[in-house]
Amino acid sequence: MDYGFTTAAYVVAAILFILSLGGLSGQESAKRAVWYGIAGMALAIVATLFGPGSGLWLLSLILIAGGGAIGWTIAKRVQMTEMPQLVAAMHSLVGLAAVFIGFNTHIELARVLGMDTVTRDALHGFAGVLAHKTPIEHSILRVETFLGVFIGAVTFTGSVVAFGKLAGKVDTKATKLPGGHMLNAGAALLSLVLLIVYLQTGSSLALIVMTLAALFIGYHLIMGIGGADMPVVVSMLNSYSGWAAAAIGFSLSNDLLIVVGALVGSSGAILSYIMCKAMNRSFISVILGGFGGTAGPAAAIEGEQIAIDAENVAAALNDADSVVIVPGYGMAVAQAQQSVSELTRKLRAKGKNVRFAIHPVAGRLPGHMNVLLAEAKVPYDIVLEMDEINEDFPETDVAIVIGSNDIVNPAAQEDPNSPIAGMPVLEVWKAKQVFVSKRGQGTGYSGIENPLFYKENTRMFYGDAKKSIDALLPMID
Amino acid sequence: MKIGAPKELFEGEARVAMTPESALQLQKLGHECLVESGAGIKAGFNDAAYAAAGVTVVPTAAELFAAADVVVKVRPPVESEVDMLRQGQTLISFFYPAQNKELLERAKERGATVVAMDMVPRISRAQKMDALSSMANIAGYRAVIEAGNNFGRFFTGQVTAAGKVPPAKVLVVGAGVAGLAAIGTATSLGAITYAFDVRPEVAEQIESMGAQFVYLDFEDNQDGAATGGYAAPSSPEFREKQLEKFRELAPDMDIVITTALIPGRDAPKLWLEDMVKAMKPGSVVVDLAAERGGNCDLTVPDQKVVSENGVTIIGYTDFPSRMASQSSTLYSTNIRHMLTDLTPGKDGVINHNMEDDVIRGATVTHEGAITFPPPPPKVQAIAAAKPKEKPKELTPEERRAAETAAFRKQTMNQVTLLAVGGVLLLGLGLVAPASFMQHFIVFVLAVFVGFQVIWNVSHSLHTPLMSVTNAISSIIILGALMQIGSGSFLVVLLAALSVFMAGINIFGGFLVTRRMLAMFQKS
Repeated sequence: MDYGFTTAAYVVAAILFILSLGGLSGQESAKRAVWYGIAGMALAIVATLFGPGSGLWLLSLILIAGGGAIGWTIAKRVQMTEMPQLVAAMHSLVGLAAVFIGFNTHIELARVLGMDTVTRDALHGFAGVLAHKTPIEHSILRVETFLGVFIGAVTFTGSVVAFGKLAGKVDTKATKLPGGHMLNAGAALLSLVLLIVYLQTGSSLALIVMTLAALFIGYHLIMGIGGADMPVVVSMLNSYSGWAAAAIGFSLSNDLLIVVGALVGSSGAILSYIMCKAMNRSFISVILGGFGGTAGPAAAIEGEQIAIDAENVAAALNDADSVVIVPGYGMAVAQAQQSVSELTRKLRAKGKNVRFAIHPVAGRLPGHMNVLLAEAKVPYDIVLEMDEINEDFPETDVAIVIGSNDIVNPAAQEDPNSPIAGMPVLEVWKAKQVFVSKRGQGTGYSGIENPLFYKENTRMFYGDAKKSIDALLPMID
Repeated sequence: MKIGAPKELFEGEARVAMTPESALQLQKLGHECLVESGAGIKAGFNDAAYAAAGVTVVPTAAELFAAADVVVKVRPPVESEVDMLRQGQTLISFFYPAQNKELLERAKERGATVVAMDMVPRISRAQKMDALSSMANIAGYRAVIEAGNNFGRFFTGQVTAAGKVPPAKVLVVGAGVAGLAAIGTATSLGAITYAFDVRPEVAEQIESMGAQFVYLDFEDNQDGAATGGYAAPSSPEFREKQLEKFRELAPDMDIVITTALIPGRDAPKLWLEDMVKAMKPGSVVVDLAAERGGNCDLTVPDQKVVSENGVTIIGYTDFPSRMASQSSTLYSTNIRHMLTDLTPGKDGVINHNMEDDVIRGATVTHEGAITFPPPPPKVQAIAAAKPKEKPKELTPEERRAAETAAFRKQTMNQVTLLAVGGVLLLGLGLVAPASFMQHFIVFVLAVFVGFQVIWNVSHSLHTPLMSVTNAISSIIILGALMQIGSGSFLVVLLAALSVFMAGINIFGGFLVTRRMLAMFQKS
């Protein structure tokens, strides 16, 4: 088949991918959208397999099938609560693939350049494409390859670290090597110098050293970002993997790669932007890690945390007409979403108005809570966003906070010296009665005290979220 | 310690600072209780009831003052009572130290400790001993009842066989504790209730009690809230605006209850003579600020007067005392809480801890020295209320102007961006070869499409978006597929690995996305 067919297939695939992303604007159309994505991917692969410049298609098919089987099994087995780790892990694969492909381009380029004109003309396949380029195009190709490898390498180690942090295998605190951002800046500068060297000489060593530097940047950058910022990090890595794909697309002169890479890259960038806005943080300060400097000491908190047992919580719930549940990462950790869903079902059966309030950065992924609640079969029309429900708290009888902390911290509004001052939060304390289900008296991910726990209308319902909610269930009549 | 409650000497005062019920609680703290014979009669507690609760009934005040270590009272002590105090004795009562300088001096000379219930700081922890609030609550309730007593009609509107009765319209000025209690009582009786306060943030509380908040159109967004949740004096312009509003409301109102007080000042005059004149005959004005001069021009403290046009103006100052049983119960509970804080060991020993914010704030004389005014408390009374931004109602012209301005600004921004982007592209086009530019244009367009599409993605679908973009980003497999057939073994190996990893990603990513989306369901 000829070049024209492949291009046509690419155009169709690109349109399918755009429709696939666009379809995510609604829950129902999203189900269709995934099929567009799958169809686009299948079309693209088939067109490339049969198109010009490919070889060993049998081996390719076997590898795809093998990889697919693994991917299928993992995706089947994974718990919804482990979704953030999974996404991060898969980003690392894309990053690594980008590095490999970049190196391949480099090797091929070196090989092709070493040949004389006659041999070059006889080349076909990928090497053939390279052979027909002019010297200027060769240097542009080098820049593109270099960029692709750089972004890919950063994505790879960054995703691995993010995976480790999300899976709890790596300490979630922001840790930096001595030297902090200077190390990152140094590595980046080194990469820039190496780019120039590579442009001039095409030396493999420059490329390899740069890859190491980029791997280090990815590792150190994400290590320096605290657990609470993980939603931003994951979407940022998502964006990087897209840009890596786009850079590789340039180096291979493949328009579909460029288009899809750009789509993914811009999607991740927008998501990161939305997340940062939800936390009232600038993107820069998230990337640089840690909270920005505060103007003065945070206000001390007066009072004490008052505990309550399941019986009294149940009594309050039985009396309440309107209940708002605020889930957070703690619910995910305790796998309590099924119990919460059961509680919701029971309360709704009694004619109570039960709703969920979701903060944009609740959990460790954008939209994390929505997915968990959906898994537990909580109808999505009672799951509301922060802006939709914040005004309703004064009319709410009972607000139940399950495993969230910073996103319900009144200090964000009341204490200008708080590290999270100005961050939009769910105003649960305005409800008549607030119950906080929490494992212990510790602070949240950001490590700051939460005055909510000391408020007069707040009662602390200590214990594992799942056990606590399960204890409530038989008492709701 | 012995705690004694004497009979109140103030004329007409029916309350008592200790009830049989509170005495039982005090005894649990290890104290002994005394009461002057007949102290509780007017509040409905006779000596026998006290004796049954284990209280020693003492015949005279002098004996009580001599025997008790702590004297609890309602009204500020009169001079003869102060003279009966002795070194080391504690007096707990309303005292108003700012107004009663001489009395304070005298108490200091006697060497007694005086705890003024009216000086309890307004912090959350001290609410249980906030007697001003508990008394104001009663006053607000009683004000409506007194108004109803003097008002010749129903509160609630009715349509009966004998004719239609319009509902009473009640205006409450000042939505402090008393004002809110009055609002609650008036609405529950069925009246249409309006309320006004200089502090815009209480609008929410007023509306929660079922009244309508009377808004003033005042540009300068005056914020009348001072510290401690009390009102601050308002500017002359604001006052003018306020009076104008009242003038407008006066002819419609059947009952007006004024509760406006500013700490440490005379009550502001808010209901002027001309407003009373504008009211219908038979209407009632209840002035809860009568003790401090009254909010109404015509108020005579402690009296009920009728104006020329038949409006009744009630200036009683003893509303709580008119419900002596209830107010004694609440007040004695406030006193008991104060004593609980003063007896931390629950062992009958008073520990006057001047480090404690609440005790320090309420103590006005201690160990022969005047300790008034207290230093500012360590805890803010209430979180400083943020000024509420009221969305300004724009006229259609203004709105149109704002819209055109926003549109123009947006256009400007877009044009600038486009211009800069265009120039950059052109600059790049000058140096880069055509083949690169082709791809670059595709890239720029794709980024643009991406931005346009992603903004519409619903918030709850961000996780599926992430996993679907993750699956899609494995399009990088195309690169590997192109390379796999070309060149050396190393190239094939690396390309094969890439294909393999991308394969995992494609299947894993799409499947997970599908799993997630399948779970979203409507109720």
